[in-house]
Amino acid sequence: MSREQSPLFLERRSYRVHRAMDAAKLMPFLGAVLWAVPVLWSGSGENQVPTSRAILYIFLIWAALAAVTLFLTFWLDENVDSDRKEGP
Amino acid sequence: MGALNILVAVCLTYVALLFLVAFMAERAALRGRATWLRSPLVYTLSLSIYCTAWTFYGAVGNAARSGLEFLTIYIGPTLVMIGWWWGLRKLVRVGRTQRITSIADLISSRYGKSPLLAVFVTLIAVIGTTPYIALQLQSVTLSFASFAKVDPQAMQFADSEATALWVAGGLAVFTILFGTRNLDANERHHGVVMAIAVEAVVKLCALVAVGVFVVWGLGGGVSETLARIDASDIGTWQVDNGRWVAMTMLSAAAFLTLPRMFQVLVVENEDERHLRTASWAFPTYLMIMSLFVVPIAVVGLDIMPEGANPDQFVLTVPLSQGQQGLAMLSFLGGFSSATSMVIVAAIALSTMVSNHIVMPIWLRIAQGGAVISGDVRHVVLLARRLSIGGVLALGYLYYRFSGGGAALTSIGLISFSGVAQFLPALMGAIFWRGSNHTGAVAGLLIGFLIWVYSMLLPSFGPGVFLSAEVLEHGLWGLSWLKPQALFGIEGIDPVVHTVLWSMSLNAGAFVLFSIISFPQPLERLQGAQFVNVFQHSGNPQGWSGGVAQAEDLMVMAQRILGPVETQTLFQKAALEQGLVGFLPEPTPDFLQRLERELAGSVGAATAHAMVSQIMGRATVSVEDLLAVADETAQMMEYSSQLEAKSAELSRTARQLRAANEKLTKLSVQKDAFLSQISHELRTPMTSIRSFSEILRDTEELSPADLEKYADIIHQEAIRLTRLLDDLLDLSVLENGQVNLNIRQGVLQDLITHAIASTGAESSGLNIHRSGISTDILMETDLDRLAQVFINLIANAQKYCDADQPELTIQVTERDNYLIVDFIDNGSGIPAQAQDMVFEKFSRVSDRQAGGAGLGLAICREIMARLGGSIAYLPGQGGAAFRVSLPIKMKMAAQ
Amino acid sequence: MGKHVLVIEDEPNIIEAISFILSRDGWTVDTHSNGHDAVSVVRAKSPDLVILDVMLPGKSGYDILTELRQDAATQNLPVLMLTARGQSKDRELAEKIGASRFMTKPFSNAEVLEALHELVPQ
Repeated sequence: MSREQSPLFLERRSYRVHRAMDAAKLMPFLGAVLWAVPVLWSGSGENQVPTSRAILYIFLIWAALAAVTLFLTFWLDENVDSDRKEGP
Repeated sequence: MGALNILVAVCLTYVALLFLVAFMAERAALRGRATWLRSPLVYTLSLSIYCTAWTFYGAVGNAARSGLEFLTIYIGPTLVMIGWWWGLRKLVRVGRTQRITSIADLISSRYGKSPLLAVFVTLIAVIGTTPYIALQLQSVTLSFASFAKVDPQAMQFADSEATALWVAGGLAVFTILFGTRNLDANERHHGVVMAIAVEAVVKLCALVAVGVFVVWGLGGGVSETLARIDASDIGTWQVDNGRWVAMTMLSAAAFLTLPRMFQVLVVENEDERHLRTASWAFPTYLMIMSLFVVPIAVVGLDIMPEGANPDQFVLTVPLSQGQQGLAMLSFLGGFSSATSMVIVAAIALSTMVSNHIVMPIWLRIAQGGAVISGDVRHVVLLARRLSIGGVLALGYLYYRFSGGGAALTSIGLISFSGVAQFLPALMGAIFWRGSNHTGAVAGLLIGFLIWVYSMLLPSFGPGVFLSAEVLEHGLWGLSWLKPQALFGIEGIDPVVHTVLWSMSLNAGAFVLFSIISFPQPLERLQGAQFVNVFQHSGNPQGWSGGVAQAEDLMVMAQRILGPVETQTLFQKAALEQGLVGFLPEPTPDFLQRLERELAGSVGAATAHAMVSQIMGRATVSVEDLLAVADETAQMMEYSSQLEAKSAELSRTARQLRAANEKLTKLSVQKDAFLSQISHELRTPMTSIRSFSEILRDTEELSPADLEKYADIIHQEAIRLTRLLDDLLDLSVLENGQVNLNIRQGVLQDLITHAIASTGAESSGLNIHRSGISTDILMETDLDRLAQVFINLIANAQKYCDADQPELTIQVTERDNYLIVDFIDNGSGIPAQAQDMVFEKFSRVSDRQAGGAGLGLAICREIMARLGGSIAYLPGQGGAAFRVSLPIKMKMAAQ
Repeated sequence: MGKHVLVIEDEPNIIEAISFILSRDGWTVDTHSNGHDAVSVVRAKSPDLVILDVMLPGKSGYDILTELRQDAATQNLPVLMLTARGQSKDRELAEKIGASRFMTKPFSNAEVLEALHELVPQ
């Protein structure tokens, strides 16, 4: 974005917060890709995926995504407002 | 006493309890003790109105019919929540800065505060939500029926249409009672939010309880249940790929665009930081809600008789096992799911209907618009109450017409597809500056039409709205207009079909028309405000004032905001403009703020219309006002950044120059100061050295001389000490290191003490005191203030050159300042020296008085530390000094 | 009767001290305490030597000396300058405009007498 006037180099802490923001932005795409995997499971023949395994796969991703998001919010929490001047 | 009677009693008790919770929360919010109401947890729980009866009953039914497909409905919102940094964060910020009251308000506000768009979005929202409300009525009715089946005494009660009517009526009353009790400027409803948070907990507990009972009570543990799942009809992954993707996307879209979700996500949001918590907590909630769905479905399929409605398994499985208590809890869970959805949806829709349809029409009908007499608030509230009733009536009618037979999920998907049509306009609103009114209208219109034709109308079944003929062969026999196989493409799942066509053509038209048409100035400004909400939080532009009468504005605002709030707002604005009273100048800034406050109650478009009506009485169109800004709107934004940059550069340069000048000046001053100090120190030392040498070297000194010279040495030593004291004092004061010893005392006593310690009266100076004679109690550093007074009196004593020197000390009070004047009857200080008297080492008189010229400099520093000032007062017939202290430093003696 | 010296100085105690030591050394001492009319007083009294303070009310010692040096009658009059501002630039300035001697306060009585004797041989 051309309008962002962030300095070229940030101090270490600030740098890490920015990477946490990147991660937060990446999360939905990660989730979408992982949850799109079932599309590849064939719906017929011998290699059908049992529902129990599908449940395990989908819910494990679910728990993992929630956990990572929780972790990221802690990381972003205290720093995010000092990151940009914004808001009234 | 049959089970059904108990059920009705439990229901009523539960509603009464919710009522109490809501009531207490409102009370607490009113008293400002509601910090816990604003916790991120409550926010997260309130989001759970996403999980309606569709989730509670329908998910199990869906799982029993189509396996894991039901998960898409929860995966979509989960993706939106964990991606909060992209969309929700911005949406919430826009909602808060623009005081958005509904999704219709947001879209209309973004695209030029267009009333047409607001009406259109409201209509789509109402039509789209109607099946959803019908779904809730249907599920509650079904659950009553499920209980009735096991309670033979109550067969006569099991008239489903009557039940649905009772439920609809009851919900309408509850919603009206709590949703429209007052007209909150923020459109926030603490009571309702708290009640739905409680309901969120109830439904989660109920579903988990049933799940635990099924897995461990009936299924025999986790591994056995999993084995049972794999052995059932839905034992393998058989989800249609198209439906998996399309429904995930659809539910993600609907999560943002459903009016009730928008209400809790954006409008009821108390604090942007709550989103952080909700970003992981809400997905977790959804996960737990989904966890036991498949086990319940599988066990239900196993143990329930053939043909039992799987939508009711959550209830019928415990009932069939004789678990009345669990069934009751489960029923309450389903009841909670249904009621919370209906209440919030009704509130959200009624806000939209009253703000965007009823109020504008009413304002037009009532001639003279906003300035006619009467309290508009009653009209707004009445409009909302009627809207709530209307929305529920529509839901009931849909339930009646659709026959109440369809699976819950299929009804829900109709709603989802309807409201999802807002998505392109909504995303464009906050992400794409180039999107405009024409594009939004075109996209919504096409998407809406396709949805109605291919999904809504067919849902009533053949012969109700669309004949079997049309369904089979297309409108007017044109096969490419077959509702469920548009453009000749057959064989797609009906849901995927509608989503595919409506969303792609909607988005396509939105983009295309946005590109080829040109936006209004107001749209472009709003666009910049919305899209760049994080960059600039300034006001949306809109008004150039001067025409409006502040009083008319106040009369109008009082009707909408209420008198107290209006008066506070106006008074504050007047104060900020430096005016006294209640009527501020109608500056653009103020009008902006007022409009925004009004928008909180009646929506942006209506507020804009009302203010503009008063602004010029005639129509002053926004276009006229902004014609100037038209072409430059965009340029201004970029050039203002350039300006800011160059302003910063020149500011820095100016600061550097100033700093340099100051340093140069300081160095010159330091030289002069050192030279001065040197002179002041050396002069007494000269006498001391000289006389001490005389005493040492001269042999035959007369005793009188001896005493005289020793005395001189003594005097000069004292002078030297005093000089050093003064210098230190001044240095401490100038560096601000001085500790003030704040005490209370009476001003008159302080003056008396100062006069006494100078010994002025015995030296021939005549002192008069005038002005306020009553005791004035002050709270300040009394010693320091006395030091100033003593200095001034001593100066008069030393320098007053009148034959009969007199000093007048006059105490007055003016403009919140306590003023003490010291006026003597001498020749005063010549004009050219007046501004120098407070400088260090400045001595005006030729007469030697033994001072170093630091006294007044010290006085000036002391007064600055005390928050007051000292100044030379010309034209008083003699030397006159004025000491002023802010009144806050004194308190009138009671 | 000894030689005639005029002390132009504004500090009464310093005048007193100088007067005392010079009188005892046999000088006839006249004093004057402001700068305004110092030049005319010098002309009127035509002393053998002038002791001149730099910082005087009305007119500075430098200005007075400059005026004295411009007048033929006082061009060569010995002038001892006294100053309490002991910076080197003060000394340079005093020598440039023609002070016969320059002394910094506080001075030693003996030094002053010595300087006077050098300037005005008895």
